[in-house]
This record gives sequence, C-alpha cells and structure tokens, in this order.
Amino acid sequence: MDVLDLARWQFGITTVYHFLMVPLTIGLSLLVAGMQTAWVRTGDRKYLAMTKFWGKLLLINFAMGVVTGIVQEFQFGMTWSAYSRFVGDVFGAPLAMEGLVAFFVESTFLGLWIFGWDRLPKKVHLACVWAFSLATIASAYFILAANSWMQHPVGVELVDGRARLTSIWAVLGNNTVLAAFPHTIFGAFAVAASFLVGIAAWHLWRHSDDGPVWRASVKFGTWVGVVAFAGLAISGDQQAKLMFEQQPMKMAAAEALCHTESPAAFSVFAIGDVARPDCENVKSVTVPALLSLLAHNDFTTEVKGIEDLVPEYQAKYGANYPVDPRLGELSGMPIDYVPNLPVTYWGFRLMIGFGAVAVGAGLLIQWLIRGGRVPRGRWFGWLALGSVATPFLGNSFGWIFTEMGRQPFVVVPNPSGVDGVWMFTARAVSSSTPGEVLTSLVALTLVYGVLACVEVFLIRRYVRAGIAGVLPGDVPDDGDTRPKTDDDVLSFAY
Amino acid sequence: METFWFCVIALLWLGYLFLEGFDFGVGMLLPVLGRSGAERRVLINTIGPVWDGNEVWLLVAVGATFAAFPAWYAALLSSVYLPLVLFLLALIGRGVAFEYRGKVDSARWRRAWDTVIVAGSWTAALGVGLLLSATVFGLPIDAAGDRVGSPFAAIRWETLLGAVAVAGYALVHGAVFLSLKTEGEVRERARALALRVAPFALLPLLVLLLTVQLRSGSTWTWGASIVVALAALGAYGRLVLRREGQAFALMGLTVAAAVAALFGALYPDVLPSTLDPAWSLTVAGAASSPYTLTVMTWVAAFGTPAVLVYQGWTYWVFRKRVGTRHIPRVHVP
Repeated sequence: MDVLDLARWQFGITTVYHFLMVPLTIGLSLLVAGMQTAWVRTGDRKYLAMTKFWGKLLLINFAMGVVTGIVQEFQFGMTWSAYSRFVGDVFGAPLAMEGLVAFFVESTFLGLWIFGWDRLPKKVHLACVWAFSLATIASAYFILAANSWMQHPVGVELVDGRARLTSIWAVLGNNTVLAAFPHTIFGAFAVAASFLVGIAAWHLWRHSDDGPVWRASVKFGTWVGVVAFAGLAISGDQQAKLMFEQQPMKMAAAEALCHTESPAAFSVFAIGDVARPDCENVKSVTVPALLSLLAHNDFTTEVKGIEDLVPEYQAKYGANYPVDPRLGELSGMPIDYVPNLPVTYWGFRLMIGFGAVAVGAGLLIQWLIRGGRVPRGRWFGWLALGSVATPFLGNSFGWIFTEMGRQPFVVVPNPSGVDGVWMFTARAVSSSTPGEVLTSLVALTLVYGVLACVEVFLIRRYVRAGIAGVLPGDVPDDGDTRPKTDDDVLSFAY
Repeated sequence: METFWFCVIALLWLGYLFLEGFDFGVGMLLPVLGRSGAERRVLINTIGPVWDGNEVWLLVAVGATFAAFPAWYAALLSSVYLPLVLFLLALIGRGVAFEYRGKVDSARWRRAWDTVIVAGSWTAALGVGLLLSATVFGLPIDAAGDRVGSPFAAIRWETLLGAVAVAGYALVHGAVFLSLKTEGEVRERARALALRVAPFALLPLLVLLLTVQLRSGSTWTWGASIVVALAALGAYGRLVLRREGQAFALMGLTVAAAVAALFGALYPDVLPSTLDPAWSLTVAGAASSPYTLTVMTWVAAFGTPAVLVYQGWTYWVFRKRVGTRHIPRVHVP
C-alpha cells in the first residue's frame, strides 16, 4: 500500500472510532442535564439516581472521546499536509474556534461537575452540566461547518493556488452545514436514546432493584428516540436535496444508479454485484419515482446516472491526473470519478436501516413493558442489549457513506461557483514515507483496540452494578447544598 | 497582524507549558512522592479537576497555528511525524489512565494505570520539548515545506536538549505545585524533592536558552533569558523559605520568560530550514490572509478572557490543599 491508502485507512479508523464516543457524549450529556434538572426541581431521588447512573457511563465514554479527539487536531498536519496548506486559510478557523469556544468550556465545566457534587451550590452545579452539554453541541457545529465546507466549499476564492477565505459567515452559514448539523445532532440523540432504553430494559428484565428508575429511563429514552428519528428523517431529506444539487455523483453512488432515470426510482436493495458502474449483473428492488421525490420533491425530476456523470466530471475537472512525482502511481493516470459503489450503496442503506431499527426497537420495548409487564424470555435481554448497538452502526455507516461518496475529491468542487477551489484526495497527503504512516496506523489501531476493550469492560461493569454502583447506601439528602465542613475538600476522589 | 498572531501562539504555548507543565510533573513524580495508595490518590486529585482543561491549551495552540499559519502547521507536524505519534499515544494513555484508574477497586488495576501515567507523563513532557525545540532550531525542509531526509531528522542533540529541558522544568514545577497543593508528609516530601533536584533539572533549560541565544539572540531575548535564570533562583529561594505560593508564581515567570526568549529568538521565522535560509518559513510567508487573521482576532478577543475567568474560577473552587484525610473510601462496583 502507498502513503495515500495508508493515510486514508488511518483517517478512517481514527475518525470512525472517535465518532463512536462523540454522539453518545453529545446526546447523553443533554439527557443527563435534563435528569439533573428534574432532580433539582422536584427533589425526587429517582432523578438523582438517574443522573448519577447515566452520568457515570457518560464520563467513562467521554474520557475516551477526549483522548481520541487529540489525534484529530494533529493528523491534518501530520498526514495531510498538502491539504492543510491548500485549505488552511479557511479550514483552520472553525477548528481553532472549536477549541477556544467549545473545548475549554467542555473540559473545565466537566471537571467542575465531576468534583463539584456537594461542593458547589446545587444550581451552580446544575449550570455546570448544562454548560458542558451545550458546549458539546457548539463543538459539533464548528466541526460540521469545517466538514461541510469540504463537501461544498463556499465563502472562498482561489489565490495563488490556495483557498482564501472571503466570508466566515458564508462558511458558518453554508446550507450544507445547516442540514448536516441537525442530522448529526438528531443522530446523537438517537444513540443516547437507544442507550437509555436498551440498558434500562435489560435491568428490568434482570429484575434489578430500582424498577422506577429503569422504567422512567425507558420512557424518557423512547420519546427522545422517536423525536430524534423524526428529526433524522426531515434533516436527511433536506440533505438529499442538497446532495442532488451539490454532489450529483454522490447521489448516483448512493443508489448505484448507472443510467439516468426520469422519473428516478429508489432502490430498496440489490442482488448481485453493485461494484460495476455499468450495472450488469444487478437486480434491484425499486420504488418508482421515490428518488425523484427525495432529490427534488416531485415525481418527475431526472436524476443523472453514473454513466452520464463521468464524462461531465472529466470535461470539468480533467480526465487524467497531472504528471507529478508526488502523485506516485497515480501520476498521469486517468481519474476514477466513481466512488466505491458497494460502500456507498450499502452504507446508505445500512444507515437508514439501522436508524429505523433503532427507533422500532425502542417503541417495541416500550410497548412490551407497558403497565408494569416485563417479558421473561432470554430474547428480551438480547433485544434490549442489541438495540443499543443499532444507532451507533447507523451513524458510522452514514459517515462512511458521506466521506467515501465524495471520492476522489477531498474538497468537492462547488458546481455553482467558487472557481478552482477543489482538491483530489490523492494530492492532499503529506510527503511522509509509507513506513511512517504504517507505523502510526498500526500503533494507533492497536492502542484504540485495547482501549475499546477497556471501555466496554468498564461500561459493562457499571451497567451491571446498576444504581447501587453509583449511589452507595441511602445517603440522606438533607437539602443542604453547602460543603459539610470547611475541611470538606473533595466530594469525589479518584 | 501576523506578528500579533505569532505572539498569540507563543502565549498559548506558555499557557500550556505553565498549566500542563505541573500536571506532567505530578504524573512523573507519582511513584516517588506517592508512597502509599492513599498518597498516590492525593497526588492525582490535585490535578483531577483541571488536567483536561490544561490539555486544551495544547489543542488550541495547535488549532490556532493551523488557522493562522497553515504552512507552519503542515510543515512542522508532518516533519516530526514519528515523535508526534509517540507523543499522542502518551497523551492518550495518561488521559485515559487518570479517568479509569479509580473505576475498579483492585491493586493490580491501579498499578497498571499508574505505570501508564508515569510513562505517559515522561514521554509527553519530553515530546513537547522536542516539538518546540524542533521549530526553534529548524528542520531540514525544502522550498515546499516538506521534510528532506530521514523520518528521524528531528532528532538531534539540540532537540534532545529541548526535550530534557521541558521535562526537567515539568519535574520541578510539578514538585513545587504539589508542595503548594498538598499537606502533611506529601507536602514535605515534594518540597524537599524540588529543592534537591532543581539545580540539575533546570540546568538543561538554561543550556537550551544559552544555545538559542548564541545562535540567534537579540538584546531583549538575552534579557528574557536572564530573567529565566533570576526567576528560577528566586523560586528556589522562596521555596527554601516555605513560601510555596510565591515559588510557584516565580516558576510561572520562569517559563514565561523562557517562552519569550525562545519565540523571540525564532522571530521572524516560524520554522527555519536547516538546508537553506531562503526556504525558512517566516511569519509573513506562513500566515493566513489578513481577513482570516481578523476573524480569528475577534474570536480570540471574546473567547480568551472568558476562558481565563472560568478556568481561574475552577482553580478557586478547588483551591484547598489535599491530604490523605480527605480521601474517601473507594466505592466502585
């Protein structure tokens, strides 16, 4: 493998891994903030138990999200230095803003929240968890603004072969991020919702103590899940329309649509080899005109197929890579404008499928435990735990689809303006040696693998222990919010 | 404007070295100053609420470099690739270790994470020093900003000296911090250790500054280097007199003057080329457009004071000394 492939694998592995923690942190932190608010307002210990239990799982997860996030801040410069030079004037700004506006708030107020139980006045302590969770959302916005700019560059001009920022408001108000942001946030809530429903239902099935806590969690999670799914559908539809305008090849790749269709049918699933851009050997089960509806809100719009898009792309962006030793084997070779079709086609379907299964499982569980019932069979335990994984998978496949679907570009050309601001992935990598990138790829993958085992082990342990694991005995809650004595330095200790 | 952002980045590094300097030091000294399990928990609890916030200074320093000087960001990070990987793994390890070591009540579990904390803190402190001195002394980069030569080009005696200098500073700074933040035996031990090792541990920093000044010093950076020496001496003297707070503040002045001397000597370059001075990346050449720098200036103007206020408040909330008597019994599943 050459540097390009190694660098892409590394970015893919580290980013997909990082994004397992991120949505859970975003979604769960807001739900925990909601639980703590309920406790502060009602004084009901059920809500305190919920805050402590789900809060502990949030912390275990957040630690991993933080450390894997550090790598992200560095790896653009390390493995994608040519990209960094090309886009730095515009791409670095949202990253720096994220650090200055969001990371500082997150890390500081989380520290205050963990160590501030009983030490800070109740309401100040509550404000800390809200500050933390709102900062995670701000953080998501800046990162998505940066990513959306790669999907659809705006607010820039080409000066001396580099992108130069002309309007930060155009970048932060890019219609691509306005659709991607709600989609991602609802995706995060879907993750947190299934986490709540699945784990709480498992406890009910085990006849753990604290039934009311688990029932309240299932109910809370189900409703969040339903709202999240509705939000995902609406924002996803918005994104599809933008994709149709902005990245027609990605749209065609999502459907493995080889020939232009008018009206275009939506493929539900396909049998055969979707890898070939000529669609030989593929049988697809389709819904007539649904793709036209998705793309343009009517039943007639023509959606271009891969066969017709390739010559258009070749005419606009060249048929061959330039002759440049930095491009290695690709130097002077024809440019393949077709993304990896099995990945985009199935990634798109798995994203939607897992999302739908997640909300379906949540509703099913809520219905199965209605009126104090709890199913006895082993299948219910498996259903509960299995449902936790589904939105994680949906998120991952969605991102794999959207990032693989923009290949061979790292910065996708904007079809309606911004001349010249686009970049092939092949041109974006550093001049590192394959040995360097291979070393980091192996090292990071191994360490991440070990850490995944540790995190799963810890989460399992804390999930099993239930409420007793986080609320020892019956600590009297006398409503006194001041430190007990002047000497009471730590209310929490490692 | 470019010069202003060069100063901002120097300030961000200063914030990082001052703040994470002591939490590196605490990690490095964990087995030396924490002789029992309870004492080790005391040490970790002195930085527990703040280490993550301290680390954000690094992320913002790097992010701001990306935004304000993309060519610097790209050339430096891609050239020092392998040492950076090790540095990142060290940061990952110690971060996870802080959060996870107390989550299971088992001596073996804690011992394993303690090892990660110690190894991670040493490696990370050395790594920061290597990275910073690599940018000060320069790298073999060509006209495009790409490294010429081996993946280990960044490892030379100057950068190794820089690595040891930062680690030595962190060691002393951490010990002074612990003498300020703990009580009883740990406090005494930390103070004694700081006094014993400071003359050796701070020496590399002074040698580093001397080397830099001899190569590219100006009058005022010489002045800053002398301030470093005087502040370090002052910190020592204050610590002898048991004025830990003042000693800690003077350690802050030490690193502030050191950063000023290093970045001052580097200016107007940001990353010199050791192959040909014409290929050196300069403040003007590596900077983003004036518009981007203006945008970033507005963000920094509103963001930075807020950060200082609420981070300062955190230190105020957790201002009390920590001792073994404060450590509650372990309660974990």
